[in-house]
Amino acid sequence: MATHSNNQYYVPHGSIYPAIISMGLLSLASGFIFSVATDKNKDLAYLQAPGKWMMILGFALILFMVFKWMGSVITESLTGQFKKWEDKSFRIGMIVFICSEIAFFAAFFGALFYMRVLSVPELGGYDVDVTLYKDFIGSWPSTGPGGLTVNGEYTPSPLHPMGAWGLPAINTALLLTSGATITWAHWGLIKNNRKQLVVGMALTVLLGIAFLACQALEYHEAYTEMGLTLASGAYGASFFMLTGFHGFHVLLGTIMLIVITLRCMKGHFTPEHHFGFEGVAWYWHFVDVVWLGLFVFVYWL
Amino acid sequence: MSTTTVAHHDDHAEHPTGIMRWLTTTNHKDIGTMYLTFSLIMFFVGGAMILGIRAELFQPGLQLINPEFFNQLIGVHALIMIFAALMPAATGFANWMIPLQIGAPDMALPRLNNWGFWLLPPSAILLTLPFTLAMFGIGDGALATGWTFYPPLSVQGGIGVDFAIFAVHLLGVSSVLGSINIIVTLFNMRAPGMTLMKMPLFAWGWLITAFLLVATIPVLAGAVTMLLTDRHFGTHFFDAAGGGDPVMFQHLFWFFGHPEVYILLLPVWGFIPQILETFSRKPMYGYKAQVYSFWAIGALSVVVWAHHFFTSGMPVPALLYFMYSTMAISLPLAVMFFCWIKTMWKGSMSFETPMLFTVGWIILFGIGGLTGLVLADVAADAQYHNSYFVVAHFHYTLFAGGIMGIMAGVYFWLPKMTGHMYNEKLGKVHFWLTAISFNLTFIPQFFLGLAGMPRRIPDYALQFAEFNMISSVAAFVLGLSQLLFVYNIVTCIKGGKKATDQVWEGAQGLEWTLPSPPPYHSFTEQPTVK
Repeated sequence: MATHSNNQYYVPHGSIYPAIISMGLLSLASGFIFSVATDKNKDLAYLQAPGKWMMILGFALILFMVFKWMGSVITESLTGQFKKWEDKSFRIGMIVFICSEIAFFAAFFGALFYMRVLSVPELGGYDVDVTLYKDFIGSWPSTGPGGLTVNGEYTPSPLHPMGAWGLPAINTALLLTSGATITWAHWGLIKNNRKQLVVGMALTVLLGIAFLACQALEYHEAYTEMGLTLASGAYGASFFMLTGFHGFHVLLGTIMLIVITLRCMKGHFTPEHHFGFEGVAWYWHFVDVVWLGLFVFVYWL
Repeated sequence: MSTTTVAHHDDHAEHPTGIMRWLTTTNHKDIGTMYLTFSLIMFFVGGAMILGIRAELFQPGLQLINPEFFNQLIGVHALIMIFAALMPAATGFANWMIPLQIGAPDMALPRLNNWGFWLLPPSAILLTLPFTLAMFGIGDGALATGWTFYPPLSVQGGIGVDFAIFAVHLLGVSSVLGSINIIVTLFNMRAPGMTLMKMPLFAWGWLITAFLLVATIPVLAGAVTMLLTDRHFGTHFFDAAGGGDPVMFQHLFWFFGHPEVYILLLPVWGFIPQILETFSRKPMYGYKAQVYSFWAIGALSVVVWAHHFFTSGMPVPALLYFMYSTMAISLPLAVMFFCWIKTMWKGSMSFETPMLFTVGWIILFGIGGLTGLVLADVAADAQYHNSYFVVAHFHYTLFAGGIMGIMAGVYFWLPKMTGHMYNEKLGKVHFWLTAISFNLTFIPQFFLGLAGMPRRIPDYALQFAEFNMISSVAAFVLGLSQLLFVYNIVTCIKGGKKATDQVWEGAQGLEWTLPSPPPYHSFTEQPTVK
């Protein structure tokens, strides 16, 4: 601690971006509520159109303000406002943020384990004659009320779960490789080898995009060929919510990686000063580790 | 803590004036002031709602409000008091006081800090907007499930539930941002020489609080997200038809909900000993024991959640586990009670308003804790569950333990923040009115609960009439006497006797070495703690 006694900590000037982002979130959230209000109350169908516009407006505001905010952070970084002391703040902050993300995924993993180990077997233990729901299967994967309707054709359960060794195994390989390429890029950055850095980052971005493409393909198959949807009982709900939120994080991570790649090409980072790079790399590794959990518990076991 | 050498400039940096100052500020004191003001406003909004409830409960039968609206008021009252009054008050103190107490130039992530605050007004709008919409014939009002969102009721409910879900999301983001900021500040911004075990206890309380928030708020966000998809996208998380389970929501909710109790209380446990040592004029007893108790309570709080729904059904070994682990929390808490009392023991005590609130707090919070032990007993809980006994119990922990603690903090630090002394006589009147009317409001509710009156019901049997009448009258006195509090704060901001730098004769710690009020940027050069 004694090292910073003569330093001045950088306190940024006032900023309007956070307040506007919050207004954008308000518009996005209430717009979403208006657009789905008709689900529960048919009289509210007239809110659908204004709701959509509020969502678009809110999203645009948020996007624009995040863009401006990150822009001012980059400017501050390039003008040398962030020294060792500020850098350490960002590092601790990023670690705590990733911990909160882990807690978020833990809720969905917890729901998966609870349904698979407790509620589905328990419901399966009841007398078939008193089961309220036609063709209810009380063992994993439980597809929920009734059987499946694929292409308009009704078949009773059970459902075949998404296999682990097709696309998911390829996706595992893609993400693990991207973890290696981003580390290789980091080595390039530390050695001040711009070419290795940019090539490594570009590879990582491509692997991220390939992962997203594979997942889109998998979802397409699930919906059109397997009849596996969000509404397919405990299995469908946990499958799509876990892989969906993970996919959303991969999407965010890929966008962040693209921004960082562009910054690498512009030479924003030095071997000593590159928290922007490392923060995104940490995030990417976190997304990678969550995927391993998904692969084992959602697809494999 | 220990002796200090302080060096600071009186530099008045340029900042915009008027509304733009508050919208754009990155200054920890400005942001702290906004948090505290917001909290005070929402305290009255939530309070007005519950006075509506008490007016209805003044007599048996339905007089003033219909049952649907009654349920909405109850749910929104709780969400506002917890998320928009108590939590922002604690965060406001954290913003104001932590940098002063640890000798930091500001919070570590000032712009994020500003965002943390400005997420709150939109959340308050989301929580209360359904009431307004209903007046214009849109939807059927706010959520009517109580603040706990239990399915299947919350899956069936109208747009009020959706609004509350998104309000909780935004409040959650705000809390996580605040926590990140506080953790980073405490780890990275302490003055040279201030080791973790020399940190003021308030900072320690907030560190554990921030850990709990980071671990549990995202779980709540996940749970209400599942609720949202169950409502609109056909998932079956909480629907047995698809292999889900409504009780699973209770597990997810209370995995957050129980630590939340300690999230509300730990900051208070942090500054209460500082007030005690100030007005007992002797050093705090058992600083280390209290820090270790914080850790023990933080760790225990995340493994006891199911005691909130013993009657929902779970295997007997699970019941026993949750009963014993819940009771184990009383051990570190007893250590803390002992330390508080021992701090006062043989001290040269004086009873200014903050001290009055603190001593009253110890007794009333003690009643809250002891009645909690009764509820933790599985066998007894079968009778008390969902009765007014529970309502009385958690108001002793959250109104006495939370709000009255916060009031002690306000009177303690107000002279430091404003540079003026508040009106001592009015403060004392405020304390006595609050303490007496609080007890008259909630002691009858213990009896009502024991006699079997259920909570969240707008009508009741005739034999409960007298106690409800006492409770309702006292609740209005309690509510109205808070106007004195506001009057005292406003006059104190506007003027009054000049406060000295140390303010209180026995005050300890870095914040009392600065002028009252402290300069806009407090420690531009960090002091050294020996």
